[in-house]
Amino acid sequence: MKFTLSWLKEHLDTEADAAAIAETLTSIGLEVESVEDKSAALKDFIVGYVVSAEKHPNADKLKLCMVDTGTETVQVVCGAPNAHTGMKGVFARPGVVIPVNGEALKIGTIRGVESRGMLCSEREILLSEEHDGIIELPVDAKTGSPAAEALGLNDPVIDVSITPNRGDATSVHGIARDLAAAGIGRLKSGSVSPVAGAFPSPKKVHLNFTPDTASTCSLFAGRYIRNVKNGPSPKWVQERLRAIGLRPISALVDVTNLISYDRGRPLHVFDADKLSGDMQARLAKDGEQLTALDGKTYTLDSSMCVIADEKSARGIGGIMGGEDTGCTEITTNVFVESAFFDPASIAATGRKLGIISDARYRFERGVDPEFVIPGLDLATKLILEFCGGEPSEIVVGGAVPQWRRKLSFSTDAVMRLAGLDVPKPEIFRILTNLGFVVEQCEPLQVTPPSWRSDIDGSADLVEEVVRIHGLDKVPSAPMSRPNVIARPVLTPAQRRLRTVRRTLAARGFNETISFSFIARNHAALFGGGDDARQIENPIAADLDALRPSLLPSLLAAAARNQARGISDLMFFEIGAQFESGMPGAQKTVAAGIRMGAGARSWTKTSHASDAFDAKADMLAAIEAAMGGTMTAPVKAGAAAWYHPGRSGTLALGPKTLAYFGELHPKIAAAFDLKGPLAAFEIFLDAIPESKAKSKARPLFAPSPFQSVERDFAFVVDSKTSADEVLKAAKGAERALIDSVSVFDIYEGKGVPEGKKSLAISVRLQPKDKTLTDAEIEAIGQKIVAAVTKTTGGTLRT
Amino acid sequence: MSDLQSLENQILAAIAGAADEAALESVRVAALGKKGSISELLKTLGGMSPDERKIQGPLFNTLRDRVNDAIAARKSALGDEALNARLAFERIDVTLPARPEPQGTIHPVSQVLDEVIAIFADLGFAIAEGPDVEFDDYNFTKLNIPPDHPARQMHDTFYVAPQADGSRHVLRTHTSPVQVRTMLAQKPPIRIIAPGRTYRVDSDATHSPMFHQFEGLVIDEVTHLGHLKWVMEEFCKAFFEVDSVVMRARPSFFPFTEPSVEFDIRCDRSGGQIKFGQGNDWLEIAGSGMVNPHVLEMCGIDPTRYQGFAFGGGLDRLAMLKYGIGDLRPMFESDLRWLRHYGFAPLDIPTLDGGLSR
Repeated sequence: MKFTLSWLKEHLDTEADAAAIAETLTSIGLEVESVEDKSAALKDFIVGYVVSAEKHPNADKLKLCMVDTGTETVQVVCGAPNAHTGMKGVFARPGVVIPVNGEALKIGTIRGVESRGMLCSEREILLSEEHDGIIELPVDAKTGSPAAEALGLNDPVIDVSITPNRGDATSVHGIARDLAAAGIGRLKSGSVSPVAGAFPSPKKVHLNFTPDTASTCSLFAGRYIRNVKNGPSPKWVQERLRAIGLRPISALVDVTNLISYDRGRPLHVFDADKLSGDMQARLAKDGEQLTALDGKTYTLDSSMCVIADEKSARGIGGIMGGEDTGCTEITTNVFVESAFFDPASIAATGRKLGIISDARYRFERGVDPEFVIPGLDLATKLILEFCGGEPSEIVVGGAVPQWRRKLSFSTDAVMRLAGLDVPKPEIFRILTNLGFVVEQCEPLQVTPPSWRSDIDGSADLVEEVVRIHGLDKVPSAPMSRPNVIARPVLTPAQRRLRTVRRTLAARGFNETISFSFIARNHAALFGGGDDARQIENPIAADLDALRPSLLPSLLAAAARNQARGISDLMFFEIGAQFESGMPGAQKTVAAGIRMGAGARSWTKTSHASDAFDAKADMLAAIEAAMGGTMTAPVKAGAAAWYHPGRSGTLALGPKTLAYFGELHPKIAAAFDLKGPLAAFEIFLDAIPESKAKSKARPLFAPSPFQSVERDFAFVVDSKTSADEVLKAAKGAERALIDSVSVFDIYEGKGVPEGKKSLAISVRLQPKDKTLTDAEIEAIGQKIVAAVTKTTGGTLRT
Repeated sequence: MSDLQSLENQILAAIAGAADEAALESVRVAALGKKGSISELLKTLGGMSPDERKIQGPLFNTLRDRVNDAIAARKSALGDEALNARLAFERIDVTLPARPEPQGTIHPVSQVLDEVIAIFADLGFAIAEGPDVEFDDYNFTKLNIPPDHPARQMHDTFYVAPQADGSRHVLRTHTSPVQVRTMLAQKPPIRIIAPGRTYRVDSDATHSPMFHQFEGLVIDEVTHLGHLKWVMEEFCKAFFEVDSVVMRARPSFFPFTEPSVEFDIRCDRSGGQIKFGQGNDWLEIAGSGMVNPHVLEMCGIDPTRYQGFAFGGGLDRLAMLKYGIGDLRPMFESDLRWLRHYGFAPLDIPTLDGGLSR
């Protein structure tokens, strides 16, 4: 919403300057986007009087001017063809920065003659692209006075952003009212005198709705004005419209734009001779078409309100008039429409049709229902003034919708809700100045004005009082501390997540955050891509499915990096994967990928990322989250997107804790990824919570007796898992066996086909005496027997 | 020169001349071995008279000791030489790079989230969470956003396809539905912040279809706008790690708060960097207000007894402001170079005692 300072002053009696007004506007909730003051940029330019303009002695196309600056007369060389004796121009002294090139003007010598200043073109001071001649100011401009004033540019333009609840602030008058209430001046009366009609309107108006749809347009007023003479509107109207970025069109159109901004009252003027019969407001027929004033043809539907004559729709109600029935230079009889439309209906229609107009902007925020008729009178008055003509009586369909409501307002609420102590008389003053009718009792009985449909309760009234009295006056009040020393607030799950994040980063992973939606074909590779997880209105065709796993996001990221020449990376992300499109059907997952073999190095220590890297990552993260050792067994195989023979699943009973492994070659191919690729997915919600009841650790009781290590190599079936051998060995003598580990695996020469040699190291830790050789030997035999029994393996000799 | 002296000289010269341990050993055997020259001398003591023995004994023994010492000294010297030679041979080029180790990083949004949590945890705010896919009722209706509100349109809100039961849900457009969930689940007093991913149909240089917000909610019997103002001031000081900030509270409008307030902080953006507490620019930090009584009512809280404030801000935006990240969209593009450039070291955990950042 734009307006100029002088326009505002027509509604507000104030001495305040643009800066003070802008500051107040922002502080009362009418946020100033910008204050454009062209006069500030031109402050060094003055009105210069050309005492004489003679031919330059040494150049045919240049002129030698003597310019009176009000304080002295200086010699200026000028190339403009229109420079002439007796004119007044925009003069820059030496040293003044010329806006078009940002350089300070120097005293120059042109063709042997000194030039001490410049008469400027419009382009040189950035008013337009005009550069054929210098600016010629009105002859009555005062020599030496600021040029901006003579140019009519000394009127700052203020642009205010209006929140959707403040329809009343879409007018200069409404803004003036708020400012007056805030103490920045006195609101001038906005009352409009009725204009008497000279004859009955030849066109009647009708509201053509069912009771269900009647609120779409509850009031439709109109008036016929005959024998008008359309043409350009007066200069002051044109200047005013131009200042706020509107293009003057003709007096009849400019009047509606002027009133729209001045009073927040949108109107429409039809060329009455292009209308057939009476006017009506009705819902459009499905498929009905209308070419609007923007030259575009819109296809309407039965949710939209139109203004129509007896033949067809002539305007999209409250949004834009039709092109065919608009006013032209030769329009002589007009029909002026002023109506009240339902804000929600206007918003919906405007959105559907994609039309942004000044009328829609106001109607969807809510206009003053009591100003429908005065607005029509004001338009009549201006049309008669600018175009002459004779008005008919006003014709009206419907009635002003009911807006009066009384709100009970306890003034304590201001202190209670805002922590601001505002004396009761001040509350009364603020509300009254804003147009509220306040009955002085306790609680106050408050009737909001017709233009404030947004006010519906005590909290709204507190807001009015606080924003006008001054939000900056609300004193900061420290909140209480629930505990003197802050207590932890994270839930166990939140803490786990944080630990997993930092553990993975500490292992060398770079954390990424990627979109929760991915391409449907990618989702399908990971068990998703179904209709239930589809986004109806995706931002892009390849972001149309809720991701069923985080891996496709990471793989797509890896592919983008690979395209940039990065072949080694470690990425992880923590986020949601979606099980369906229902709220809550999501799992928090920490997923990671390793691509490549790590950085190449002269140390030759790198290796192709494999399932055991992923296993280590997964276990490290889970154990860090648990704060303990993960003892759950790993089972071979994982989800379909993993290599079936090189992947595993960690599960606790029915709960899957994690998948890890190398990825299925088809997956790598689908993402166009080359090189080794290992991944893991940890389902954080499934990680068991720590059950420890006490913070104290168990007693530290190291055995004083020597531990013993013994190695065994077993020949077992190739398919026998290491886990089976380890478990069997460990179970052979639980009290003494401290740990068992695999230190070698061999298949090939010396081991029969279909078999492998698996070497384990067993650590024995006696607790009450040192073991004798015989005892150690006996335990060794037990271990061999146990492994043989469970796996069918034999001791390799 | 006595014979004894000449023997000693001869042996010591041989010791000094031994080039390695083997040569030294032959010298030792020649002097002190079973048939060595000194051993032979010592054997002669048995055939001497006691008086003679008294004289010769100590001489012989001294000779033997001196030779022993000389051998030991030479042996040690030879060992050192050999070790020095080996060490010289074992020299490496220490300018070669160390074994490569990957350097992990924390995403700036995660880092800033931990910073925000550290601050609000100190004030007793718990962390509340909610799902990304949300009921229309929680995302809009219970927040006093009417059915015809523009925000509900497909232009602004992502909709998930209808489910098997016919229900149709949204990707939450803000973290505010977590307010609703919290109020429905918990009786006042309530103090939470709710961080998380949010989604809007918007994509250009400064908008991403997914971004992060954090929401704050306090509901009790006494909390008012003055407390909100204080929290905003204290938060900004703590978060931006400055001694003072100049804040501006502007009346605004949100359907779920009344009165509604937007907070700006004064800053200087000249020179491409943001400095707080100076300059003439205002930077929007958060939208906020007193929770609208209609919202309280719809969430089962008696608005005649309870009141409080809510606020919301952008986590990505905070990260960008604090750490000079110019552009929003690369945050979610997983460019390794970007992650390394803007990421944080894993052990740089924000704390109030150690400071939120280095």
